[in-house]
Amino acid sequence: MAYELIGISVLWVFLFGYIIVASIDFGAGFFNAYSVLTNKHHIISNIIQRYLSPVWEVTNVFLVFFFVGIVGFFPSTAYYYGTVLLVPASLSLVLLAIRGSYYAFSTYGQLKSKMWIYLYGFSGLLIPASLSIVLTISEGGFIKESANSISLNYAELFTSPLTWSIVVLSLASVLYISAVFLTWYANKAKDDEATALLRKYALIWSVPTMVTASGIIVELRSHNFEHFQNMLNLWWLFLISGMLFLATVRLLWQKGNYGVAFILLIGQFLVAFFGYGISHYPYLLYPFLTIEQGFTSEGMAVALIIAFLAGLCLLLPSLFLLLRLFLFNKNYVEGKYKG
Amino acid sequence: MDNEQAVFFSRLLTELTLSFHIIYATIGVGIPLLIFIAQWMGIKKQDEHYILLARRWTRGFIITVAVGVVTGTAIGLQLNLLWPTFMELAGNVIALPLFMETFAFFFEAIFLGIYLYTWDRFEDQRKHMLLLIPVAIGASFSAVFITMVNAFMNAPQGFEFSNGDLINVQPIIAMFNPAMPTKVAHVLATAYMTSAFILAAIGAYRLLKGSNHDYHKKALLLTMKVGLVFSIAAAIIGDFSGKYLAEYQPEKLAALEWHFETEEAASLTLFGILENGEEVKYALKIPYALSILAHGDPNAEVIGLDQFPEDEIPPLYIHYLFITMVLIGMFAALLSSFYVLGNWLRRKFIFKRFFLWLIVVSGPLSMLAIEAGWWLAEVGRQPWVLRGLLKTKDAATTSGQVDLMLYLFILLYLVLGFASAFVLIRMFKHNPVEQELLDRQKERR
Repeated sequence: MAYELIGISVLWVFLFGYIIVASIDFGAGFFNAYSVLTNKHHIISNIIQRYLSPVWEVTNVFLVFFFVGIVGFFPSTAYYYGTVLLVPASLSLVLLAIRGSYYAFSTYGQLKSKMWIYLYGFSGLLIPASLSIVLTISEGGFIKESANSISLNYAELFTSPLTWSIVVLSLASVLYISAVFLTWYANKAKDDEATALLRKYALIWSVPTMVTASGIIVELRSHNFEHFQNMLNLWWLFLISGMLFLATVRLLWQKGNYGVAFILLIGQFLVAFFGYGISHYPYLLYPFLTIEQGFTSEGMAVALIIAFLAGLCLLLPSLFLLLRLFLFNKNYVEGKYKG
Repeated sequence: MDNEQAVFFSRLLTELTLSFHIIYATIGVGIPLLIFIAQWMGIKKQDEHYILLARRWTRGFIITVAVGVVTGTAIGLQLNLLWPTFMELAGNVIALPLFMETFAFFFEAIFLGIYLYTWDRFEDQRKHMLLLIPVAIGASFSAVFITMVNAFMNAPQGFEFSNGDLINVQPIIAMFNPAMPTKVAHVLATAYMTSAFILAAIGAYRLLKGSNHDYHKKALLLTMKVGLVFSIAAAIIGDFSGKYLAEYQPEKLAALEWHFETEEAASLTLFGILENGEEVKYALKIPYALSILAHGDPNAEVIGLDQFPEDEIPPLYIHYLFITMVLIGMFAALLSSFYVLGNWLRRKFIFKRFFLWLIVVSGPLSMLAIEAGWWLAEVGRQPWVLRGLLKTKDAATTSGQVDLMLYLFILLYLVLGFASAFVLIRMFKHNPVEQELLDRQKERR
């Protein structure tokens, strides 16, 4: 396989990893805040805290890994995305900073004010919305190129239905993914009340997730016809994804095995995410930058891939240890250790 | 906004972010080592005080790590947002250590999470201590890799330049550039040193405020010993840095020493005020010292600013930063050697109020030295962003909203700075060590 394909696949996998762990994280913060608002805090907040505490830092690293990696493998993306994203990415950064640090301040520093819970929960929803702007821009049509600069056409961006569909999709899927995961986690913790509540949330958010995802495919038809065509050629991938979705919802509905439901959900998003990624090929930024044009030199590519493999040898056992100690440890999940 | 303004605001914002980040980053690199030492001493000596020391430091450490992580994310992304042209060019050569840095960070994040949530899970405390090794290694190695990137900007190599394109890239050669050894070593040594003095300052402050507990005395001795070792190491490495500069970046050395004319047997300028560009007043000149610093030979020739075109000379105010950094370093080394010596000879002066106050001051001063050192290193590279290759003014973003982003981030750092200080102070005020020792005893019964 060509080096640039390895590069983009690695990055795509990590971006997917970020989307899953960050969705759980953002969604959990939101549900936590919402439960305070509706006086159901006693039901789910323990479950959420127990999961989030040991992993909040790791979640952040997935994002750093992705943007360092993409500049490493594709240095030209730094020029294009770096120049146009100054404002939206800075706003995401500020939100991430507030959210990440206030999590630590309130958990370890005992800042027990409802205001922080709300701030934490609701800022978490703005982050996926602001980050998903990148996906919109990559479809092309929002960048003005002049003699010595490029800039973002905000008017065009904010009036495009595509932008808003992607924003809504990111919000709905964050809440859906998070709710399914937490249902499983609460069930493992033998907390029936939390399981029932989270299962309800999962079922509620499954609907808008699917509606917007289908809507976006239709909107691409008028926005980026080439991409739309490529997606149609991969119709079978999206069909598989849709069937996995139905299977997940069925399991949730019948109160079946929530572990399997979560795995099916991962499968659903994985297939759709790769289907989307493959159909976007060969563009990194339509129509300015393709994967071949933006790729780094061969020497660097080889070095990065070796570093990546070596890093994985270190990372996978460590992640496994983390999961074993906190996610798959019966006593921890059931709250028998105090932190 | 025209280009000149965009460059100005981009520089200001980068400087602001880095200056803020470096406070938390330095602590983040140094403290895991100290926590490890404390826990190890506690297990070796079977002394509960050291274990508690490790615990309490860790609790404060999490707060600083949180701010370090989020500001680190900010600077990582800001590099691309503010300096897209630079990242496009340099990314071709220097992506490898940047990439490896995220692995080190990942490694640290995973084990820190495990360490924090398994205090009482293992029967054997030694198992728990082992978790700190990857944390300390991860923390130090992220400093190593990121400093490699910075060293590359000072001494770019590992590629050929033809028609504006970088070809024949050799990432390993770029990583192991001539500036790397002294920079990495100096960054690590000063991070350990500064963290030690900051923790020492806390211990001294508690003693001053009336607590006379053994716990604080043990903490003070431990941190002062670590501070002594690393302040001496920092001074020795600093000397090597001078020799590196003389060889590879003579314009930086000449600017920070106010060395205008190339000459043999050059003298070192201490203190002084610069007037009208080239007039040095009130300075102390030490004969031959600059030649010794630069080449280890009192009669060696040292290149002066006269050898460089005017627009390639860094601003001369870096001399003041240099003096600040060196003086604080020497003060800290002397202070810790007096303390360790005084403790060894069982002298009482180390617990006198004035001496404790000096220790309290040494913490913030060490952090100031870190800032001064980085400003010196970075401003001393101007006007280049990649020395000899790409000027700063050609590398900045062309976006028109940099000034707004600057104000946004000023606000963010104010909030984070005050909130983290508030949380830290409250955490330890509400739970003094005496109380925690009592609680632990009760729990055991």
